[in-house]
Amino acid sequence: MPTAAPPLATPEQLAKYEPVIGLEVHVQMGTKTKIFCSCPNEFGSEPNTNVCPVCLGMPGALPVLNRQAVEFAIAASLALNCQVRQASIFARKNYFYPDLPKGYQISQYDRPVSEHGWVEIVVDGQHKRIGVTRVHMEDDAGKNTHDGYRDSDRYSYVDLNRCGSPLIEIVSEPDMRSADEAYEYLTELKLAVQYAGVSNCDMEKGNLRCDANVSVRLKGAEKFGTKAEIKNLNSFRHLKMAVDHEISRQVALIESGGRVMQETRLYNPDLDETFAMRSKEEAHDYRYFPEPDLVPLTISAEWLSRVKAAMPEMPSNRRKRFVDEFGLREYDAAVLTQERALADYYETAAAASGDPKAAANWVMGDLQALLKAENRTLEDSPVSAARLGELAGMVSKGELTGKMAKDVLAKMASTGDDARTIVEREGLKAISDTGALEAIADQIIAANLKQVEQYRGGKTTVLQFFVGQVMKATRGQADPAVAKEIVERKLAG
Amino acid sequence: MDVHTLTIASIRAGLASRQFTAAEVCEAALRLAEAENSKTNAYLRLCPERAMETARKVDATITAGEDPGPLAGVPVAVKDVITTRGITTTCGSKMLERWVPPYDATAVERLEAAGGLVIGKTNCDEFAMGSSNENSAFGPVRNPVALDRVPGGSSGGSAAVVAQGTATVSLGSDTGGSIRQPGSFCGVVGVTPTYGRVSRYGLVAFASSLDHIGPFARNVGDAATLLETIAGRDPKDSTSAFAPVAGYTEAMKQDARGMRIGLPTEYFKGLANDTGDQLAKGVDLLKSIGCEIVDISLPHTEYAIACYYIICTAEASSNLARYDGVRYTFRSERAQTMAEMYQLTRGEGFGAEVKRRIMLGTHVLSSGYYDAYYLKAQKVRALIARDFAQAFEKVDALVAPVSPFPAFKLGEKIDDPLAMYLSDIYTITGSLAGIPCMSVPCGTTSDSLPVGMQILTRHFDEPGMFRLAAAFERAGGFTV
Ligand SMILES: [Zn+2]
Repeated sequence: MPTAAPPLATPEQLAKYEPVIGLEVHVQMGTKTKIFCSCPNEFGSEPNTNVCPVCLGMPGALPVLNRQAVEFAIAASLALNCQVRQASIFARKNYFYPDLPKGYQISQYDRPVSEHGWVEIVVDGQHKRIGVTRVHMEDDAGKNTHDGYRDSDRYSYVDLNRCGSPLIEIVSEPDMRSADEAYEYLTELKLAVQYAGVSNCDMEKGNLRCDANVSVRLKGAEKFGTKAEIKNLNSFRHLKMAVDHEISRQVALIESGGRVMQETRLYNPDLDETFAMRSKEEAHDYRYFPEPDLVPLTISAEWLSRVKAAMPEMPSNRRKRFVDEFGLREYDAAVLTQERALADYYETAAAASGDPKAAANWVMGDLQALLKAENRTLEDSPVSAARLGELAGMVSKGELTGKMAKDVLAKMASTGDDARTIVEREGLKAISDTGALEAIADQIIAANLKQVEQYRGGKTTVLQFFVGQVMKATRGQADPAVAKEIVERKLAG
Repeated sequence: MDVHTLTIASIRAGLASRQFTAAEVCEAALRLAEAENSKTNAYLRLCPERAMETARKVDATITAGEDPGPLAGVPVAVKDVITTRGITTTCGSKMLERWVPPYDATAVERLEAAGGLVIGKTNCDEFAMGSSNENSAFGPVRNPVALDRVPGGSSGGSAAVVAQGTATVSLGSDTGGSIRQPGSFCGVVGVTPTYGRVSRYGLVAFASSLDHIGPFARNVGDAATLLETIAGRDPKDSTSAFAPVAGYTEAMKQDARGMRIGLPTEYFKGLANDTGDQLAKGVDLLKSIGCEIVDISLPHTEYAIACYYIICTAEASSNLARYDGVRYTFRSERAQTMAEMYQLTRGEGFGAEVKRRIMLGTHVLSSGYYDAYYLKAQKVRALIARDFAQAFEKVDALVAPVSPFPAFKLGEKIDDPLAMYLSDIYTITGSLAGIPCMSVPCGTTSDSLPVGMQILTRHFDEPGMFRLAAAFERAGGFTV
């Protein structure tokens, strides 16, 4: 550990340089079983119980490729606009580590499952495409544990439950020029992979792991600077902080006459700085060679088109369609497409409502508040999308006031009934007859002369009192805006 | 019942006529193995409980009037690089001295399902690396034909027990000649089937793209029957072939008249000793049974040794990485740190030949050397395979020597690894091409040492290979 924090660059120094950033992202795919054996791909079991001779790398055991893992890798590739190779090859990546029981990882090297993709990001209103170099498949290692066990003072413990869990590694081109762009790229990548149904991409659970390659060069320079690889970025926030820090460190180093070393650095979020790993830990010659235990992976045109046909609409498309087709604001469209389940919910609600804009407000506003209050997720929402859409539609058609609808929604949630059942049972109906409202307003004004005097004396806040009285008299069935307008007119006259 | 003369056919007949029971065969074989083993050290351990359990099942099946399977009551020995559930599987290495696998190799599962009795695990060169069986951590095997000589390797134990008669047939493994060469040295039939013909699941890997499981037997028919039983697609091995298993024993009924046989000129060039004489007699015998003999060239033969030792060591360096002291049986007691655990465990646990090959393999895969060695070797391998493909456009089979010399004396070559590597020249080409090849007895030298003749055919043409081998065996009276 460094004894003193390294110097950081001044804003003037930073302004002279352009950062160049590429990301390597590992995604753990949510297949039912592991990539090369039939052990369940799930976690939380007792250590070393979710294993078999294959994932333990026992002598004589052989890997057999999981078809679903291939389909997930294809789906992720398509979601990232990559070209899927007709033939790809698995290779052994050789290194020693106690959590790697075979002594090698089965990965892909010079012929990965797909290549040449891109992810579109928007930063400060600017659209930009970040290249995806390649997507390759590999098996995960186990976990070393250094404390918490009886003999942890003398031994490390190895849990191989995670061994053989299917991963894809997504390597970007060095196309990003700021920490914000890196942040946006990872956000869009995560969204695309989630939409494709490949992984829930939970960074906290380690489903999504990210390393960043960072270098800087003088603005206008053609050649890239020497890059450092930063590991241990386990949240979106850390990615941004670490990249910003590393840019600053490199610029300060160069400005003070030093040179950036090609090395692997670890980010320490507590100190907000990166530090170099001992060179021994990264001095790897992986000795890749084609995995002789597996035959080349052939993906036929038919197989590819079957996976393609089953792909859902990608978030960027969906966002655009929500704006074009439903007339939503860009921001709302972005919020509603942040998760595939939310976007699906919204589309169903919008269709049922006949008023997509109103449906958007209901989904983003009242529904979210309801879920939050009841501490529920969208998946177990007490009100279905179709029913929420129906309720929104009733308001849009003037059958219910907004106020009434809020109450109805609460009752829908508590009783499980739909809006029409509740409205009929309780005899609720918006009073759209202004004649009836005028009569009620007249009665209220006549009965509250003191307040009339105050209002006319300049205390306009009293207006709200009259509107409230009208709402009370109509049991909320009046449209508050209409009530306000009537009362205001009568008090003025 | 005379155990050491039993064949699959005579056991079948004996069981059918109630002359003896499977349990009796099993007991007799175990007794003989126990008595004879001190001479040869061919068995590392016997498994009487498991064998007797299967024997009793076979007998019950027969009593019930049902078919007990093609290997019913046949004592089978299994090379110790092939896993057996619940039975220690050492691979001839200190590293796995106490390793008890929790699963059976597919070949073992299949032979047992066919009524075969797994009576013991046989000695071999450590991790199947060697040509003399002197690289076993548990002592060398002696050739039952001449006890001062090696049985060949690496499947020396499996060849010896069949020659000795303590097992009727056995399973060996062949990466560059490890079945054919000991077969030749011990005077028994040894078969390396087409790559992918027999599942490798449960065969502890030496060089995955070259490893084969195959049978030893005292006659061609028994070898064919055992292979028929264990061959065929296995979903647990991605490299196992889908091709149906053709009737091998059926093919043997045909004579060899009219078969075109190629003699690779490169293989006979320097073969001017006793071995050459026996081969020449064998070729004459083939002519006498109606085979047409033609000379054939396999021009890339001279590159085979270099090619083979690059590919097999490269794969071995990776396959043997798992013996790291974290799991299995051996970890150096001197290790204090993680790096020491790796270094000392591997330094102490592996024998000299294994370490030599791991270092070679690590080197040829290293960055900067990969293209010059491994990639080049793969290209040469393709050329060698093409040589064979072109030869098989002209002939039905190739006939060649197995080894340049018969069984040599223990200790004679152990200090010269290069000479040992070079002696593999006739067998590694077939391994590199992945074609079926076998050694069939072809007479003895003036010192009464057995000489084998190698038969090679095209991919999946085991029927053609067995047809020729059986006709040759009948004509020469070469059964043990
Ligand atoms: Zn498993």
